[in-house]
Amino acid sequence: MQIHETSLTGGFTNPVLDSQNVFRTVMNCMAQPGTIGEVAMGVEPPAPLGAAAGAVMLTLCDHDTAVWLGPHLLTPGITGWLGFHCGAPLTKEKTEAKFAFAHHKAPLPSLMSFAQGTLEYPDRSTTLVIEVEALDGGPTLELKGPGIRTTALLSPKGLPEHVLKQWAKNGQIFPQGVDVILTAGHRLAALPRTCKISLKEA
Amino acid sequence: MSELAAYNFAYLDEQTKRMIRRAILKAIAIPGYQVPFASREMPMPYGWGTGGVQVTASIIGPDDVLKVIDQGADDTTNAVSIRAFFQKVAEVAVTTHTGEATIIQTRHRIPEETLKEGQVLVYQVPIPEPLRFLEPRETETRKMHALEEYGLMHVKLYEDIARHGRIATTYAYPVKVHGRYVMDPSPTPKFDNPKMHRSEALQLFGAGREKRIYAVPPHTDVVSLDFEDHPFEIQTFDKPCALCGANHVYLDEIVLDDGGKRMFVCSDTDFCETRRAEGHTGEMLAPSQEAAE
Ligand SMILES: [Zn+2]
Repeated sequence: MQIHETSLTGGFTNPVLDSQNVFRTVMNCMAQPGTIGEVAMGVEPPAPLGAAAGAVMLTLCDHDTAVWLGPHLLTPGITGWLGFHCGAPLTKEKTEAKFAFAHHKAPLPSLMSFAQGTLEYPDRSTTLVIEVEALDGGPTLELKGPGIRTTALLSPKGLPEHVLKQWAKNGQIFPQGVDVILTAGHRLAALPRTCKISLKEA
Repeated sequence: MSELAAYNFAYLDEQTKRMIRRAILKAIAIPGYQVPFASREMPMPYGWGTGGVQVTASIIGPDDVLKVIDQGADDTTNAVSIRAFFQKVAEVAVTTHTGEATIIQTRHRIPEETLKEGQVLVYQVPIPEPLRFLEPRETETRKMHALEEYGLMHVKLYEDIARHGRIATTYAYPVKVHGRYVMDPSPTPKFDNPKMHRSEALQLFGAGREKRIYAVPPHTDVVSLDFEDHPFEIQTFDKPCALCGANHVYLDEIVLDDGGKRMFVCSDTDFCETRRAEGHTGEMLAPSQEAAE
């Protein structure tokens, strides 16, 4: 494997405490959809992988998790970074991916093309980490479901259109389905499969 | 940090924590569903809450304030050992006050003080499978959950009513989470079941021996199974707490002498102590004041 310079740097300064910190942020966002978390430490993954997406990768991916990278992220720098810091195997098969990282600048395959889990093991589904332009400034989404008292609002900018279109279907096959973490630079938010999303009319 | 370097922060190695963290995220995304995980040996025997300890070890950080209770008390051997364990391996602050804790690990009770947003309640679970008593085979119970086949469970509960005139299960009373999965709330008394419903806190469950993690996110429906003609009812106590005078709380019986004299006091010791510090008194502490109330 060719090692790129950028593959070796930009990881956690303190892997143990930094990954704990990032995990709590992700857990909090997954438990309370609509919440925007921030990755404060200086993670610098190779561009165009964002800091929060990179931090999620460092925190959750390892040799037990096959990772799928979207076309825009499938660069020698990023695959090298994933290999060096996480030791995670790359997969081209979306149905085998425990984690899939995608970027708004490249088309995202259908949510249904990723691992959906089974009725008996619905946890065996892909978690998609999608880098969007921003977590605010986009069309306002109204969120309902577990983790939300009444409703929560989130206005991601640059979310691939079909994600919203396919989201209702993703909810219909509950308990199967994918879970999504949206990232934008240092920020992140989560959409667990239980989340009901509707576009709020302006 | 030099002392911490001698062993893994929070005891578990990083690979194990990642595996448990992934399981926790899926558990949150599928409320009430039991996520299998590769449970590790912990420096304490099963039955001492190894599942809860592994969950706590995977989420805890230096900024956390930890409370540990066994029954409702912070000062039992089990609670004291677990608290000391995390003080040593994670150097976290500890507390007995429910309101100050960011993580509360429990073996039975849910604190009387209403939990708030941002708090995490970690349950130590011995038997996570609510259908186990009906069906010993894991492959079968998994199928029952997959197909939402909970009819037998209802029949069993109903038989209970026929035999006892009421639902005799007072601990580990099954609940339905988010209208989908039937879940065992650990050996929690059914008195506490209503506290799980739409709690502001995140509830995480760890079963070490059975290698399962499950979760209830905040604001999620948790409904105790019941029947139209036999609605779910919690235990009621005839008298208030003998020490702090609290009503509508879970009481433990304490035998006072060989003559059979006894009193009922709050099982949640922090709740009781806080109330007494605020000036509330029960009949054992101030018989004359009680008469005046
Ligand atoms: Zn009391």
